[in-house]
Amino acid sequence: MGELWQRLSAPFTALGRAVLQSFERLGHSTLFLLQVIKGLPAILLRPWLVVQQLYSVGVLTTVIIIVAGAFVGMVLGLQGYNILVRFNSESSLGTMVGLTLVRELGPVVTALLFAGRAGSALTAELGLMKATEQFSGMEMMAVDPYKRVLAPRFIAGVVSMPLLAAMFSAVGVLGGYVIGVGLLGVDGGAYWSQMQGSVDFTDDLMTGFYKSLAFGFVCTWVALFEGYDSVPTSEGVGRATTQSVVHASLAVLGLNFILTALLLETS
Amino acid sequence: MQFDNKTGTGDDILIQVRGLAFRRGSRVIFDGVDMDFRRGAITAIMGPSGTGKTTLLKLIGAQLYPDAGSIIVDGQNIHELGQHALYNLRKRMGMLFQSGALLTDLTVFDNVAYPIREHTDLSERLIRYLVLAKLHAVGLRGAADLMPSELSGGMARRVALARAIALDPMMIMYDEPFSGQDPISMGVIMKLIHELNNNLDLTSIIVSHDVREVSSIADYLYVIADGRIMEQGTPEQMKDSRSDWARQFLNGLPDGPVAFHYPAPDYGTDLFGG
Amino acid sequence: MISRRTTEFLVGLFVAAGIAALFMLAMQVSNLSTISLGDTYRVTATFTNIGSLSARSPVKASGVRVGQVTAINYDDQRNQAVVTLSIEKRFDKFSVDTAASIYTAGLLGEQYVALQPGVEDDTLKDGDSLLFTNSAMVLERLIGKFMVNKMEQ
Repeated sequence: MGELWQRLSAPFTALGRAVLQSFERLGHSTLFLLQVIKGLPAILLRPWLVVQQLYSVGVLTTVIIIVAGAFVGMVLGLQGYNILVRFNSESSLGTMVGLTLVRELGPVVTALLFAGRAGSALTAELGLMKATEQFSGMEMMAVDPYKRVLAPRFIAGVVSMPLLAAMFSAVGVLGGYVIGVGLLGVDGGAYWSQMQGSVDFTDDLMTGFYKSLAFGFVCTWVALFEGYDSVPTSEGVGRATTQSVVHASLAVLGLNFILTALLLETS
Repeated sequence: MQFDNKTGTGDDILIQVRGLAFRRGSRVIFDGVDMDFRRGAITAIMGPSGTGKTTLLKLIGAQLYPDAGSIIVDGQNIHELGQHALYNLRKRMGMLFQSGALLTDLTVFDNVAYPIREHTDLSERLIRYLVLAKLHAVGLRGAADLMPSELSGGMARRVALARAIALDPMMIMYDEPFSGQDPISMGVIMKLIHELNNNLDLTSIIVSHDVREVSSIADYLYVIADGRIMEQGTPEQMKDSRSDWARQFLNGLPDGPVAFHYPAPDYGTDLFGG
Repeated sequence: MISRRTTEFLVGLFVAAGIAALFMLAMQVSNLSTISLGDTYRVTATFTNIGSLSARSPVKASGVRVGQVTAINYDDQRNQAVVTLSIEKRFDKFSVDTAASIYTAGLLGEQYVALQPGVEDDTLKDGDSLLFTNSAMVLERLIGKFMVNKMEQ
C-alpha cells in the first residue's frame, strides 16, 4: 500500500520540488542582480571596459538586427497590403507598418534576436571563464569580478537594446516603404503622412522605447546569471547557453504582455 | 634530485589551521583538522584524489567558509575579515591554479601586469620593468606578447606563477603544479618553486599527489585522507613511517588499506549463482 | 585582435547610428513633428456631448490643424463638458464669435474640433470662452431620429 502511494504521489512531489527549486533559483538570481548593480558605480573609473563590451554586445549584433529588420519590414509591407487591399484601405499601409514595428515587433523581435546572439555569447563566455577558474583567480588577486567583468557587460546590454530596437524599427519602416510604395504601388506621400498621423510619440514610440529598455535589462540579467552560475564543465557551459536563450526569450514574451497591458492607453 | 632545504628562520607560524570542519552536502570533507605552516618553509599537502586538497586551499584563501574551526593567516582570522580587509590580505597571497587561470583575452604581458595595474598606481614604464623581471624569473620573458591560447600547459603555468609573484606576496599556494607535466617541465617547476621560495622569502604550500617530486623539495609533509590527517612529518620521517596506509600511498602500492577491489559480492556466486 | 582605436570608433558609430534611428523614428514615423511645440494660447468651449474627443485630438480650421485639445473636464453645475483648446499663437485672428463643432474625420475616423470663424472684429485671447458650440453627433440618436421620422410617415 505504501509503495502504491509513493508511485502515485511521485509526480506531485517532483512538481513540488521543481517549483521550490525554481523559486530558489529566482531568489539566487535576484541576489546576483543586486551584486551586479552594486558594482555599477565602479565602472565610472573604467569606461573603456564598457566600450569594449558595447562593441561585442552591440556592434556585433547590429548586422543581424538590420537584416532582420529589413526582412520583417518588407513582409509587413506585403502582408499588410494583402489584407488592407480587401477593405480598399491600402493607403493606410504606413499606419499599419509603423505601429506594428514601433509598438511591438521592434522591441520584441530585437530582444529575441539579442537573446539568441548576444545573450548566448555572454553566457558562453562567462561559462568558459568559470570553467577555467578565471573568476577564482580574480578573487584570489583581490579583484571583484562583479565590478570588473559583470557590471560592464550589464550596462552594455541595457544601453544597446533600445538602440538596436530603434535601428530595427527604422530599417523595417524603410523596408515596408520599398515593398509597399516601390513594388505594390501604394502612394508614397500617403505612406508617410498616414504613419505620422497615427504613430504617437508618447503613446507608441516612448512605450516601445521603455519596453526595449526593460527587455535589455532582463535579457542581459539572464545571460549573465546563467553564465556565472553555470556548472564549470564543457557540458555545463553548453547547457547554460541553451537555458540562457530559452529563459530570456520566455521572459521577454511574458514581460511584453505585462508591459503592453500596463502601458497601452485606452483612450 | 636533492635540494638543500631551508630550515626556516625561527618557528614563526604564518598560517595556523585549528579544528577545521567542512562538508559539502552530506559528504564530510574535513573533520577536525589541525595544521601549521611555518614561515619561509615549503609545506606539502598530499593525499588521494578527491580528498579535498583544493578545497583546503580555497578555505585558506577564504573563497570557502568552514563549518567549524579557524584559519589564522599572519595573525588574522581570515574568515572574520570584512571585504576590504580580506581583499587587502589576499593581495599578499599568491595562488597558482591547476589550469593557470590566465585571462584568455589578455596577452601574457597584460596577464602578469594585471594585479599590478589593479592594485597600484605605478607608471607604465615601471610596470614594464616589473613584468619583464617576473617573466624573466620564470624564464618566459620572450613570450610576453603571446596569447594564453598559444601557450603549452607548462608555459601557461609558469606565466601564472609570474603573475602570482607580481605583487611580491608573502606566500604562494600551488594547486597540483606537477600534474600532467613532462619530466623536463616537472624539473623546471620544481626548480622555480624552490628558488622563488628561497630568493623571495616566501612561504609555499603545495597541494599535490606526486609523491616523489614533492618529497624532494618540501620541508614538511601532511598526508590527508578521509577528512583527517593520516601522517605528517619531514620527508625523512615519512620514509620511515610505520603506518600501512602511509606506506601504500607514499610507495604507490596498488593494494593495501585502500583496497584494489571495489566492494562486491563473492566472485563465485556472482558468476554462477542466482 | 581589433585595435583599441578601431573598437572605440565602431562603438561610437554604433551609438550614433542608434540615436539616428531613434531620431528618424521620432521625426519621420511618429507625429512629433506635427505636434505644435510652439507657443499656444488657451480658450475653452462647452459641449453637451463630446463624443469620442480626447486630449491631444486636433483642432482644425478649414481642415488645417491649428492646435490641439489639452484638457477635458466636466462642469457638474451646468452639466456640460468643458474642453480646453490650445491654439498656436500665430493663429491669433479668430473672432470672439467663432463657433466650435465636433466632427469626425472620414466615416469612422477619430474626432476633432473644427473652428468656424465669425464676423466680429474682436479676436479671441488667452482664457476666453467660445460662445457657439455644436456637440458631436451620436450615431444612436441619429438612428433614433431616423426611426421616429420614418414612423411618422
